[in-house]
Amino acid sequence: MALDSKTPKGPIADKWTNYKNHIDLVNPANKRNIDVIVVGTGLAGGSAAATLAELGYNVKAFCFQDSPRRAHSIAAQGGINAAKNYQGDGDSTYRLFYDTVKGGDYRSREANVYRLAEVSANIIDQCVAQGVPFAREYGGLLDNRSFGGVLVSRTFYAAGQTGQQLLLGAYSAMNRQIGRGKIKMYNRHEMLDVVKVDGKARGIITRNLITGEIERHSAHAVVLGSGGYGNVFFLSTNAMGSNVTAGWKAHKRGAYFANPCYTQIHPTCIPVSGDHQSKLTLMSESLRNDGRIWVPKNMDDVKAIRDGKLKPTAIAEENRDYYLERRYPAFGNLVPRDVASRAAKERCDAGYGVNATGEAVYLDFASAITRYGKEQATIKGLDLNDAALIKKLGQEVVKNKYGNLFQMYEKIVDQDPYNTPMMIYPAVHYTMGGVWVDYNLMTTVPGLYCIGEANFSDHGANRLGASALMQGLADGYFVLPYTIGDYLSDDIRTGPISTDSKEFEEAENEVKKTLNFFITNEGKHSVDYFHKRLGKIMWNKVGMSRNVKGLTEAITEIKELREQFWKEVKVPGSSDEYNEELAKAGRVADFLELGELFAKDALNREESCGGHFREDSVELDGEQKGEALRNDKDFAYVSAWEYKGEPSDAVLHKEELEFNDIELKQRSYK
Amino acid sequence: MGSMNLTLKIWRQKNANDKGKMVDYKVNDISPDMSFLEMLDVLNEQLINNGDEPVAFDHDCREGICGMCSLYINGEAHGPDREVTTCQLHMRMFKDGDTIFIEPFRAKAFPVVKDLIVDRSSFDRIQHAGGFISVNTSGNTIDANATPVNKADADKAFEAATCIGCGACVATCKNSSAMLFVGAKVSQFALLPQGQVEATDRVLNMVKQMDEEGFGNCTNTGACEVECPKGISLENIARMNTEFLKASLKG
Repeated sequence: MALDSKTPKGPIADKWTNYKNHIDLVNPANKRNIDVIVVGTGLAGGSAAATLAELGYNVKAFCFQDSPRRAHSIAAQGGINAAKNYQGDGDSTYRLFYDTVKGGDYRSREANVYRLAEVSANIIDQCVAQGVPFAREYGGLLDNRSFGGVLVSRTFYAAGQTGQQLLLGAYSAMNRQIGRGKIKMYNRHEMLDVVKVDGKARGIITRNLITGEIERHSAHAVVLGSGGYGNVFFLSTNAMGSNVTAGWKAHKRGAYFANPCYTQIHPTCIPVSGDHQSKLTLMSESLRNDGRIWVPKNMDDVKAIRDGKLKPTAIAEENRDYYLERRYPAFGNLVPRDVASRAAKERCDAGYGVNATGEAVYLDFASAITRYGKEQATIKGLDLNDAALIKKLGQEVVKNKYGNLFQMYEKIVDQDPYNTPMMIYPAVHYTMGGVWVDYNLMTTVPGLYCIGEANFSDHGANRLGASALMQGLADGYFVLPYTIGDYLSDDIRTGPISTDSKEFEEAENEVKKTLNFFITNEGKHSVDYFHKRLGKIMWNKVGMSRNVKGLTEAITEIKELREQFWKEVKVPGSSDEYNEELAKAGRVADFLELGELFAKDALNREESCGGHFREDSVELDGEQKGEALRNDKDFAYVSAWEYKGEPSDAVLHKEELEFNDIELKQRSYK
Repeated sequence: MGSMNLTLKIWRQKNANDKGKMVDYKVNDISPDMSFLEMLDVLNEQLINNGDEPVAFDHDCREGICGMCSLYINGEAHGPDREVTTCQLHMRMFKDGDTIFIEPFRAKAFPVVKDLIVDRSSFDRIQHAGGFISVNTSGNTIDANATPVNKADADKAFEAATCIGCGACVATCKNSSAMLFVGAKVSQFALLPQGQVEATDRVLNMVKQMDEEGFGNCTNTGACEVECPKGISLENIARMNTEFLKASLKG
């Protein structure tokens, strides 16, 4: 099947408007006869469910948590981008579009990104109307801050809890529709398969996680907003329950899976403390507005720090290596995430890491505290030479901006970041790859849509900070509700979809068979045993830096691990009760397949772009020496993989990317 | 600080209809850098390897924001530390040889599902009754900066809105009152101009649903504020009472 992105013709700035003017609509009376399933209730799924219900469709929404408000969008910290240009600093729809395409290392679809930039401003209007309490200035207007990879201030925020506030906004919009009976909410339900009837997605099979009951749910269309697959690495900033199962089952039913190797390793996370670690915690990128990243210049200082004989605050300015400021003077500490992560790895690999494991760098707020302190002292007419006072005033400002993050750090690490620099290290955070979708956000299965992080769409090979929240809400509030109507306009006479068909029965039986296997298999290792081993392979061989040898080994090792899993996994309890091990077994089984495809995709892409860094593709000389080298001639395409059984049999389809409005350039932040 | 050996006394209950009981377990070599839930992971791995059923507990983000984790630890919701959820509680708060009591959140409106897991859907139903502003999300609204909001009000609204809906306030309250939870939501909207239009209906509907769910009354002991992992202020209860009175007078 040839991939058709269905991108509308015409000038980029007019595409979305013209397209909306010409697609088919469903009249309000007919919407009442149409059912839509939404899987996942994060920013994308929650906003889509609410909006579809408002439009008049009958929505069934599903989440595996005990309430839609728990979805992991809630943990997003720093902010949401929008091309409002409230600061008058030169922002515009075009500039947001440009920054996003460049930030994504020219591997995203231009038309989608432009649309995203176009609807971004409306998101802010909408959220304010919903009562989302964004940060404000003293004049009562909305405040902004800067994020990595851009030269303007376009990020709206609510302290370090922007994701929480936006998700609770979407949750409240859902609640209004649940109260009206337009959304039927299924909490603690996990989707375990997509059901296709006559080639179209017509429903899902779910497991009630409390009773264990297997249920059939039908609809005229199915929307997946089920998040990213970072937990294939076991350790990531994702929630413990975040998984790829919904997307992977869709893949097995015919949805192509795109760019699995594009994974974002976030530069500022709290370092691993030991083998017991179950997850990693992000320290928001917004901290790089005020925090300066460094390691000691001298190896003697590094050793003294590791031995506990020297405090970082005792190292003089001239003996510190602010390596981002040194290497990238134009963007400094605010280079994009992939660049910042690789730079941290480079310093730690060279032996300059500052914790016991040698895998940490400093994020230091001392100069920001002094700067803010002096500003406050000036405003209040106080003594600018009183160092203790300046520090106190400065700490208050920093607390106001990032208080919750500092508190999180202190609780985990047991050190006070107001008085000593934070230690940070890169960790898996976000996945740019995902289920392939066209301009309508429809997958290669008719009637099956995919939105938010779960799809591959808008961020190319690297996502800029504060753009995930933007994309999730853009897809759910403003894009999908339009585009899905074009498809559903053919279904106004279809009537309710029966769940008694052989397709539903077969899918249900298959799900039951797998669950039964797990329960009856007399294995010897827990699910986590396999998950942790998979994570180690992924991190060591398919992580921040990749090469042919490591990737080839990873493919073999993951396949062997998968085979061992199916022989030796041990799941206690039964299938007709609450059984978290059983739920985890199904998720890890899917990760074990995805992981191999991930490595295969990374092996196929013989270039460095964004979060995908190949050691055999770097600039060899000139100003950019050592930086990632893209290969636009051979790899300016989306890799969309078709399921054929084993991951090794997956077939590659290419969506060639056309760049008409942006010139392809070396991405320089120097 | 070295590793710890601990005795755990944990509530085990097969399902909602089971009577349930406390069961003793031992865990060894617990690192002070582990989170409380990572310590339970160690126990569960041990149980699974011995062919026993692991302890069921709710958790997801493990960074103190999703509100899914709960647990009543040594008689305190989210355990002995302040302004943290159980997932942020670290084992350095305990000593080698300690015995730790671990129970579910207990309240009539939070029935036990299994072991340490409770059903908090009553919270959702209170939100369905009025925890929103009735604007359509798909349409075009006014520009976000068309209505300035006093920074102090916006900050207070935000502070109220940081409630994570974990239910620690209910579990802590001797009356199992949900006033802090409901007060926080009512306050968020009451402090913003956008929330004024439906203020009357909102507070009446949410309080009505709260009562129907079987939550108790507030007798102003303030225990909820102390145990709240997000430091939600009692001010919010006072503000809700004011809003309720205003609404009742309007009818």
